[in-house]
Amino acid sequence: MIKYFKYIVIFLFSITHANALIEVDITRGNLNPLPIAVSPLSIDSNSNEALQKTLKKKNIGSEISKVVENNLQTSGLFNPLSKDAFLQKPDIAHLKPRFEDWSLIKAQALITGKVFYQNEKLRVEFRLWDVLAGKEMMALAFTTVPTNWRRVGHIITDKVYERLTGEKGYFDTRIIYVSEEGPKTKRIKKLAIMDQDGFNTKYLTLGNELVLTPRFNPTNQMITYLSYFRNLPRVYLLDIETGIQEVVGDFPGMTFAPRFSPNGKKIIMSFAMDGNSDIYTMDLENRVVERITNHPSIDTSPSYSPDGKYICFNSDRSGYQQIYVMKSDGTKVKRISFGKGLYGTPVWSPRGDLIAFTKLHKGKFYIGVMRTDGSGERLLTENFYQEAPSWSPNGRVLIFYRETKSDSEGKGFSAKLWSIDLTGYNERLVDTETDASDPSWSSLLSN
Amino acid sequence: MLASLVLSACATKKVTNQMQGDVYTGKDTVEYLASGVADRVFFATNESVLTTASRETLRKQAAWLRKNSKINVVLEGHADERGTREYNLALGERRANSVKDYLMTYGISGNRISVISYGKERPVDSGSNPLAWSKNRRSVTVKAN
Repeated sequence: MIKYFKYIVIFLFSITHANALIEVDITRGNLNPLPIAVSPLSIDSNSNEALQKTLKKKNIGSEISKVVENNLQTSGLFNPLSKDAFLQKPDIAHLKPRFEDWSLIKAQALITGKVFYQNEKLRVEFRLWDVLAGKEMMALAFTTVPTNWRRVGHIITDKVYERLTGEKGYFDTRIIYVSEEGPKTKRIKKLAIMDQDGFNTKYLTLGNELVLTPRFNPTNQMITYLSYFRNLPRVYLLDIETGIQEVVGDFPGMTFAPRFSPNGKKIIMSFAMDGNSDIYTMDLENRVVERITNHPSIDTSPSYSPDGKYICFNSDRSGYQQIYVMKSDGTKVKRISFGKGLYGTPVWSPRGDLIAFTKLHKGKFYIGVMRTDGSGERLLTENFYQEAPSWSPNGRVLIFYRETKSDSEGKGFSAKLWSIDLTGYNERLVDTETDASDPSWSSLLSN
Repeated sequence: MLASLVLSACATKKVTNQMQGDVYTGKDTVEYLASGVADRVFFATNESVLTTASRETLRKQAAWLRKNSKINVVLEGHADERGTREYNLALGERRANSVKDYLMTYGISGNRISVISYGKERPVDSGSNPLAWSKNRRSVTVKAN
């Protein structure tokens, strides 16, 4: 599906970086999200008729604008204004907005656009306007197959987010996770994938065997995960475009906790034998296996730094689960977590400066971040049970899963995905069709 | 349904004498490989050390395995839900292996024993309370043939 997405960007006008006035600060919790008006994208009647047939949507222009609006809303940085208050028609606004009409409803930024159907392709133009300065900030156009219309909405959001915050967005991305159903004692788990906003859910396995901890390759559409196929817990590789899967961790014992190296060429994982778990890597090209740790304790949950030079992992070599950092060849092992409680699931931020983790202290579970030397620990959220944070590709948002308490008959139990900003604000339930756990966030699908 | 109601009713009555420290000592979930040979042992939180009661159970299992020399077993190691998924997989493996080591010191060949960890994936008790968790921290010996 990704392959045939032709992504063409045409600069309609030169972008005026120099006089950009609106700026959104994403480094602090944003208590005053930027008021933004997302005008429905206009569409001519011929294009609309043709697209109605292919996509079964009444007006694809307003559908795309809804995708953008919803993305901006969930980012917590923007406050999309109600369309009922809009005074100007979409087609006219796209040519030249009457800025006084938009500032009247307190919009500081405005998105307008236009959709055409041409040679069986969907062509979408959009512009971002600074309402107070009365200036155009950005103008872009895309051509793609009509069925990719939601992705167009995500790409528009990424462009707007990047223009206004100065950092790459995370909207044209997907989440792979484990879908869960059935009673706790006989839980059925399947690999599932969906767009970042919860749409286009697909199930990649049937639920015949237990599957856990899927993770994206940061460079392509491969997944690594743990499967209990034939009751042998081993690390697998799955190509989500072709559906082809293969064992990669076929060791004489359980392999688990897999993750890709930043260049996508290696898998790092744990191998357990005779009661001892250590960390190994496998080169995916030549299948050479390297042992990275050699210690009688449990060493697991490894994660590379984005430059590939370091690995963080958790180990109970001190007697309890704590976070350690070492060089990628296994030397210079250093414990970095020293707070009260147990620490697990360290994941290195794609920006390189932080490690996200799960912490258990006095019967409560926390998702937190610390610097890579262990200083500056900050707990973002506390709950009965939550773990396994995964970073958005721009390192600004964490997604994780949370479980609720159940009574002695198992009632009241649920597992759901949640997200929270690095600032500790904007905690949100991420909608999934079923119960869900073990989320992993993809890289941006387009750049 | 009825059976589970009866079981949970018993569980609530016996809370005080079903745990020693936080190791489960009750019989609610226990099944038997043969008369008097319990199929499972229980662990303290984060521990894989065998308790005195566990050793006694495992000596009975070893005696039964010596008598039934054609039977192979799978040791299924488990953890409770109060730990991260990956660490619990390793912990379940460690628990099952401490059982394997003990059976081997009582003369059972390692070739007859295989080990699998389910981490926290297969609890026997769905509850989120200390008694339920204690029943779930276990290694279960299952006939493989």
